[in-house]
Amino acid sequence: MNLKLKDIVPQLITVIAVVLIFGFFTYNAQINMENRGIDFGYGFLSQESSFDVQFSLIEYDGSHSYFRAYLVGLLNTILVSVIGIIIATILGVIVGVARLSPNYLINKFAAFYVEFFRNIPLLLQIFFWYFAALRALPLPQDAEAIFGVFFLTIKGLYVPAFIWQNFSIFFYSLVAAVIAIIVIRIHAKKVQENQGKQIPVFFISLGLIFVLPLLSFLIGGVKLSFEVPVLKQLATTSFIYEGGVSLPPELIALTLSLSLYTATFIAECVRAGIQGVGKGQKEAAASIGLTPNQVLKLVIMPQALRIIIPPTTNQYLNLTKNSSLAAAIAYPDLVLVFAGTALMQTGKAIEIVSITMFTYLTLSISISILMNWYNKKIAIQEK
Amino acid sequence: MSKINFLKPDRANLNTFLYLGSFLFLISFLDVFFNSFFNLNLTGFLPNFLSFVLPLVLGFIGLYFIRIEYSGIKRLDLLNKHINTNNFNAVLSLLIIFVIIKSIPPILSWFVVDASFAGDSKDVCTGTGACWTYIKVWMRRFMYGMYPNAEQWRINLSFISLVLLGSVGYFATDKFKKYLTLYYVVIYPLIAFLFIFFFISGGPVFFDFSYGIIAAILSIIIGFFIPGRFKFYYFLIVPLALYIILKYFLFFEEYIELGKLEGLNWVETGAWGGLSLTFIISFFCLIFCFPIGMAFALGRRSGFPLIRYISVGFIEFWRGVPLITVLFMSAVMFPMFLPEDFFIDKLVRAIIAISLFEAAYVAEVIRGGLQALPRGQYEAAKSLGMGYWKMHIFVILPQALKLVIPGIANTFLALVKDTPLIFVVGLLEIVGMLNLAKTNPEWLGFAMEGYVFAAIIFWIICYAMSKYSYNLEQKYKTDR
Repeated sequence: MNLKLKDIVPQLITVIAVVLIFGFFTYNAQINMENRGIDFGYGFLSQESSFDVQFSLIEYDGSHSYFRAYLVGLLNTILVSVIGIIIATILGVIVGVARLSPNYLINKFAAFYVEFFRNIPLLLQIFFWYFAALRALPLPQDAEAIFGVFFLTIKGLYVPAFIWQNFSIFFYSLVAAVIAIIVIRIHAKKVQENQGKQIPVFFISLGLIFVLPLLSFLIGGVKLSFEVPVLKQLATTSFIYEGGVSLPPELIALTLSLSLYTATFIAECVRAGIQGVGKGQKEAAASIGLTPNQVLKLVIMPQALRIIIPPTTNQYLNLTKNSSLAAAIAYPDLVLVFAGTALMQTGKAIEIVSITMFTYLTLSISISILMNWYNKKIAIQEK
Repeated sequence: MSKINFLKPDRANLNTFLYLGSFLFLISFLDVFFNSFFNLNLTGFLPNFLSFVLPLVLGFIGLYFIRIEYSGIKRLDLLNKHINTNNFNAVLSLLIIFVIIKSIPPILSWFVVDASFAGDSKDVCTGTGACWTYIKVWMRRFMYGMYPNAEQWRINLSFISLVLLGSVGYFATDKFKKYLTLYYVVIYPLIAFLFIFFFISGGPVFFDFSYGIIAAILSIIIGFFIPGRFKFYYFLIVPLALYIILKYFLFFEEYIELGKLEGLNWVETGAWGGLSLTFIISFFCLIFCFPIGMAFALGRRSGFPLIRYISVGFIEFWRGVPLITVLFMSAVMFPMFLPEDFFIDKLVRAIIAISLFEAAYVAEVIRGGLQALPRGQYEAAKSLGMGYWKMHIFVILPQALKLVIPGIANTFLALVKDTPLIFVVGLLEIVGMLNLAKTNPEWLGFAMEGYVFAAIIFWIICYAMSKYSYNLEQKYKTDR
């Protein structure tokens, strides 16, 4: 009896404390809302939003609902995160490998990059790119074309638009290529395990991913043409580019700073991962006659990835969460569109902030569950 | 003299290759150097593309020639080993050298040569370089925000005394070393709080500040005569009791009026700002988030399922949301949760929000340390008859914290770098002040200078912190 009491009492006290705090908050919230005449509910989501968003991936204007505005913000957040993650990964891996280079200059250069960008607040970097660096770009009429088709101006980056015919066939061919590659990989692994033969999977995959889409062009009737942006005069001093795709400067500043900043952390993860593989592993692999490429591919990388991937996923999550700083430079992401404009208009503080937080929470928890599962799969099975 | 094969530099013709290679490398180096520093294009007579690529090609050939293994010349071997191991590395090394040479003149001219330092109005900034006059004129705003100029000595004094009080640990003799933990964990934060809240805020509460200081000093002096067994309870109770006695029983407000003492002017927290606010917020969040994080780390590993679930929920919640939404919550949602007449200052709200947020990260870091400890440590402590708290305070936590110094330092760095986000609740620290100054109609167009200035300051702070944590890690490293 005595022992049981000892177990129950601390838990009971904690739970009561938590319940009391939450109860206190809810009670106050109810009274406050009653006094101010605000009613609680998510019905506003279907109302007309009547505000415009500058940059959206889906069709949207003021006559759409608040829920649509939420989707616009969410998609913009995902867009920035995905672009940022891709660039940050490429840059981070390069810098991380460069940090281990025997070349003194490369090594120090990479170290300088990491120490420099890591120790400056991200918000400051975003402001720097947006308010200082990108403001120094030329006006549309003075912009010089890069490779004849890109225009980098103070109003953003203009790139040619892709105009597809029979896009679906092209897409299917790509999907088919990917499936074929996966099948070949599984087959190659089986062959290697059973017979010890190595199939050049990499070259076959490379060939497949080029050949199949190419076939779709030749046989499937897929056509691709480009729409190059053209300078157009609106008034005597006002020019814009028409046609093509325009990327607003907010997006450029945000992706640039997010990826430059996150790449430093990914670089450190990569470095730690490669260093974490014991020297003996490399020597042992070389001593059984593997070529340097095979050593890297079959011995070092599988072990290094095991160390690299968990912290790198954390960095991806951080990048996604940091993309909410977009609100500071008015890039219409989830926080700005929903927790900013929509909140100001409806005054539904509790509902909107809770939806925003819940969205981010779902995003991060789902990614971390996925990563935990992956981690368990690749972890060494120890006894 | 043996036959020379230019495709295969060897030791036999060492001198020939050495002279030829260094000569070619020197030419390429000088070409870029003159081009960059004196705007002279030595190879201008060549077609555009060729003149651009020539130094790279010449340098590459030069480096190829001097790549001779075991040449016997120490410096050459060192050079080959470090920047000239193979063709690929040689090209990269050349590119980096050229980029550095190319980028020095514009950077130097922007920072120093063409920059304007003198004067105190915008008119002096006519050059192409940076306008440091802008920083000079706005310096006080960047450092102290909207804090009244005449009162800024209060901030300086507080910070200086806090730094001095904080450095006590370095001068303490062995006799007092054992009190240091107590000092840093309980007394120092209390003094800091009194300083910042009462001294920087000023107003009538200034006297509370003096009571606090008197109470702290008195309790420390008496503390030396207290037997060690009761010391913990003593420092838990007595300073607060002394403070209350001083405030409500000894010095009445009328008594002060009689003494014709006048308080400091009240400066509301909305006027605080600049770099000093960055320090204040980082300092307090640092103090608060550590114990909270520790509590949740222990909670997450607790044997009681309910406590464990609550801790997991807390940690995962704060780690899953961006700080900016947390601050949004503290700004627009939190006041709804409080009783109607109850008002919490927005600075305090921001500090609470950031502390809770960072505490979740600290908790995860500490949990990592707790998990890394071998189970034998727990078992050994238990077999000595230690209870839960005794075991953790004397055996587990000291070792676990030692292990996670780098992780904690990283979290604190992240905290310092997150402080600019408080613009969400309407507080302007240095980055916020920069944005304000940038929109001043008299000083338009100097955004770059401001951001570079702030970047340098933040870089120095963060770099110093990371180096310090590295030293700390080395100092407390124990072999297992």
